[in-house]
Amino acid sequence: MSNLPDTPHGTAVPATTEGHSDRSLAVPDRFENPGMPPHAPRRADVDPRAAKRAERQVASLFLLSILGTLGFLVAYFAIDPEARGHVPGIGLMSLYHLALGLTLAISLLGIGFGAVHWAKTLMPGEEIAEERHPQRSDEETRDAAAQILSDGYRGAQLHRRPLLLFTAGGALALFALPLAVQVVGGLGPLPGDRLARTHWRQGTRLMVDPAGTPIRPEHVTQGSVFHVMPEGFVGEEAEHELDADELLVAKGKDSVILVRLNPEDIRSQKELDWGYEGIVAYSKVCTHVGCPVALYEQQTHHLLCPCHQSTFDMTDDCKVIFGPAKRPLPQLRISVDEEGYLQAEGDFEEPVGPSYWERG
Amino acid sequence: MTKLPALRRSPIALVVLLLLGLTMTGTAYAAFKPAAPVNPMEQAANASEEDIETGRKLFLANCASCHGTNAQGNGTAGPSLVGVGAAAVDFQVSTGRMPLAEPGVQAPRNARAVNFSEEEIYQMAAFVHSLGPGPDVPEPEYLDASQGDPANGGKLFRTNCAMCHNSSGSGGALTRGKYAPDLMNVTPAHIYEAMQTGPQSMPVFNDDNITPEEKRDVIAFIKDIEEGGSSYGGHSLGSLGPAGDALFVWTFGIALIIGAAVWLGRKAS
Repeated sequence: MSNLPDTPHGTAVPATTEGHSDRSLAVPDRFENPGMPPHAPRRADVDPRAAKRAERQVASLFLLSILGTLGFLVAYFAIDPEARGHVPGIGLMSLYHLALGLTLAISLLGIGFGAVHWAKTLMPGEEIAEERHPQRSDEETRDAAAQILSDGYRGAQLHRRPLLLFTAGGALALFALPLAVQVVGGLGPLPGDRLARTHWRQGTRLMVDPAGTPIRPEHVTQGSVFHVMPEGFVGEEAEHELDADELLVAKGKDSVILVRLNPEDIRSQKELDWGYEGIVAYSKVCTHVGCPVALYEQQTHHLLCPCHQSTFDMTDDCKVIFGPAKRPLPQLRISVDEEGYLQAEGDFEEPVGPSYWERG
Repeated sequence: MTKLPALRRSPIALVVLLLLGLTMTGTAYAAFKPAAPVNPMEQAANASEEDIETGRKLFLANCASCHGTNAQGNGTAGPSLVGVGAAAVDFQVSTGRMPLAEPGVQAPRNARAVNFSEEEIYQMAAFVHSLGPGPDVPEPEYLDASQGDPANGGKLFRTNCAMCHNSSGSGGALTRGKYAPDLMNVTPAHIYEAMQTGPQSMPVFNDDNITPEEKRDVIAFIKDIEEGGSSYGGHSLGSLGPAGDALFVWTFGIALIIGAAVWLGRKAS
């Protein structure tokens, strides 16, 4: 580096050292400001041909930007938005968006690169240090400012008429309330029991999602998995009758996963009692943050959540055996109706999905 | 000073190197990706006695060490094959999963490891089919993706398949090293048979759950994605979701920003 004493360019070394031997002892209390390194003129500063070349480069970058902008306009009107084509290295993609993106990038980068190149080659290149000034004003200016405020206060007669002071203050303070009410009001209304209840009722049939057909116990063979919704909230009829919001809410909290386990493998008596001959139905909404827990490993009977890998043991009442979820999945009590289809025996006993404030 | 070392230290070199590395990895992957065989197989129920007998011999030579001489299973080495059906045999053997190359958490798909002709696989399937009733290989009419409804298939896929196999069918991780495989370039017959038989960790989707017509819809949907589907974005970056995309953007974005910062901060000569 340049501040080693034996290099020929060691101009920045302070001249306080007396010799090589006691250099370490001669460290001064304060280093002197070495100042700016000497200004080295750029090629464009000294060579008119280089300056001309830089000018041409900058101008061509701006020209490139102009062409990019014109290209964007042409592409916007000329290319069919649906057109797709194979682009080497990228694959099948929309040519319209590719053209718009590329031309806009050329247009913006042309301006940017041009401006920076201009600044670096042709604009003034001397190094300048700006001094830092104290921010505090002098006493005279400060007193004058205080006097102006004091005169205003007295001129408005606020010192003699406190009624004005308090009513004006009150009006201004209350003025903020409508704003606050809108913000707080926008958080409502309170959810009531909507978080705690689903659409499952006594006698609601279990329907295959998305076909909307009822399920017989013999359909649910061992090792198979059924994704289930309550009757009336899935299938073509429901899609006509209910609006999109209602369908989405139903999908969000009523989804159930149905599997048949070997009754001997089930370790929880409650799970066995609430199921039907080893067929058990559990809420599909993860108790962590509500993703669909639907990765069912038919050999280990583990249910895995794709979002954060919470793992539930289906043979032991869907207790959490791994991951961030804190509660087991709620079980849906099921039975078979007179026509031989699986039906619910009422709603879940506890709220489905993630914990929330009121639930604690 | 020569030109090359100077170029090597240039900030652009990093970008070029990254680009080269990524391109080469992608090309190498595409070059070595095994292609799956095409086979709509004949129904095993129509097999002759002769086929079943040849199949039994093939079974004894290749499968009996794990599955037992009568396919009754052999403890932890291999499960019983009675009642798994011809569909399971066709799926496991003609995708190269069976015979198992080495013990592991999961038998990987390996089209190069298929050492049997289609006829031999058919004979083994016929033998296993003769042991007990199970799902037969699918009928060709349910494998024709052009007759399926990809929109309905997409619905079914998102409800039943997407959480393991990813919404674009590129697969995903399960527990303890197991995984749901990539569904691209899988033959319609194998997709159908996998739904029908539930191989390994995968659950079964029987005809009462997803009807044969609906299975065809699912196949149509998967084939639609494979052909580019309604994708307008170009390179899929593996369709691994936000993590893969973010890795790409971070690597390239940060490299570009560093390059720009170095250029901006450097004095012109």
